[in-house]
Amino acid sequence: MKLSYYPGCSLHGTALFYEKSVQEVCGQLNIELTEIPDWNCCGASSAHMTSHEIGMRLPMRNLLIAAELGHDILVPCAACFQRLKAAEKSLREDPGYWDITDYPADLKIIHISSLLADEQIAQKIRQNIKIRLEGLNLACYYGCLSLRHPKITGVSNYEQPETLETIVSSVGAKPVSWSHKTECCSGSLIVARPDIAQKLVGDIVAAALRAGADGLVTDCPMCQVNVESRQFDLSSSDHLPVFFGTELISAALKGQYPSKQEKMHLVDADILANVIETAPQIREETV
Amino acid sequence: MSNNTISPQQGNRKFLQKLEERGVDVQACYQCGRCSAGCPITEFFDLTTMEVVRLAAYGMEDLLLSSKAIWLCAACETCATRCPNDIEIAVLMDVLRELALRKGVKPAEPRVQMFHQSFLGSIENWGRAYEVGLIAGYKMKSKDFMGDMKLGMKMFFQGKLSLKPHSIKGKSEIKKIFSGKGKEYER
Ligand code: SF4
Ligand code: SF4
Repeated sequence: MKLSYYPGCSLHGTALFYEKSVQEVCGQLNIELTEIPDWNCCGASSAHMTSHEIGMRLPMRNLLIAAELGHDILVPCAACFQRLKAAEKSLREDPGYWDITDYPADLKIIHISSLLADEQIAQKIRQNIKIRLEGLNLACYYGCLSLRHPKITGVSNYEQPETLETIVSSVGAKPVSWSHKTECCSGSLIVARPDIAQKLVGDIVAAALRAGADGLVTDCPMCQVNVESRQFDLSSSDHLPVFFGTELISAALKGQYPSKQEKMHLVDADILANVIETAPQIREETV
Repeated sequence: MSNNTISPQQGNRKFLQKLEERGVDVQACYQCGRCSAGCPITEFFDLTTMEVVRLAAYGMEDLLLSSKAIWLCAACETCATRCPNDIEIAVLMDVLRELALRKGVKPAEPRVQMFHQSFLGSIENWGRAYEVGLIAGYKMKSKDFMGDMKLGMKMFFQGKLSLKPHSIKGKSEIKKIFSGKGKEYER
């Protein structure tokens, strides 16, 4: 499978370790990625929140470059995904408004978890993992932007999404049932109003703890850093690490979670390595 | 809210027309309160989400442009997703913020606006968001020097903070997008 790849600024900055796990998993699953040449920032929330024109033109530039490559576009960041989808929708509905009439009708924009939860790929993961992450209870945390607004994202079960649950189950861990799957982490408000972020993240972590989770799993780099960083300020012993879905898949496929990767978390994330250490190998003997 | 009399404001056709152009049908609201109930930030707002919609329907533009709510909104889209009348509330928030900036209304939450400005400044300069630069820029503007020092140090030692921005080749195209010469500005 060949896909164009839009990493976005987070994955080339503070979430570089997310990018690494995405590349690894795609390599392991024979998904060939071609980075969109000279891509620019999608504008994130700040652009569309303050200027309609800039908020649309920035992601459109990326779509037009991707159109030349011709493959569907894989996007690991939830915020980038939503902005690219919003630009796509506007381009398709009213191309004349933007003076862009040659954007292809069949190009798809795919968020990472819908790709990895796809039946064929999930089965490939199940068949190829070296270790089942048994005993790990995880709260699947989607946040906002890969789901909402459904008119933009095209997601149908936006209140009870399941892609992360599928991923967690396919590596042998257990998704918990909980209340805050799609609650907001405060997004970029965390910089100017950390007090608000503290409240929202506190509620999310408390809900996950109530549900008996050992950690959270997400597919949004902003949710990941926000939820971990606001716990960094708390002195509580009930810190919950936030893993990326791709970290779990990569670890299960390799049968190990490198300590270099683990150290990239802002709170203790040793539960994954601990589970791997005690889990029986299922692949080595059988192959 | 208490000392504001709410009554339909005359002469605000331009504002209401702007909303119509962006597909925001504020008149359709029957005040069920679902938007406010689901809004994660509503308890920090000075106007509830539902009040923002209602005031917009009344054309109370000035009151809305000087509110904290428009700046504290996180664009999470929960309100619009759940509105039974399909009102594009998050787009309404976008329109209000953009109008406030264009009209030079002083943001009621200046730091939030400074963050957006720093973020966009980084894209305008490099074509991508350069985290270290934009946070430094934000801190200079907001004079919020001490916030999250410990966290910043941790990230620095994790090697997450690149000290060099990456500049894209197509910077002139980005400059053009930011130049204010787009078609949208004539509309
Ligand atoms: S959810 Fe929609 S109809 Fe209900 S109060 Fe809010 S804007 Fe009005
Ligand atoms: S988009 Fe803004 S107003 Fe609507 S629910 Fe989210 S934070 Fe509240």
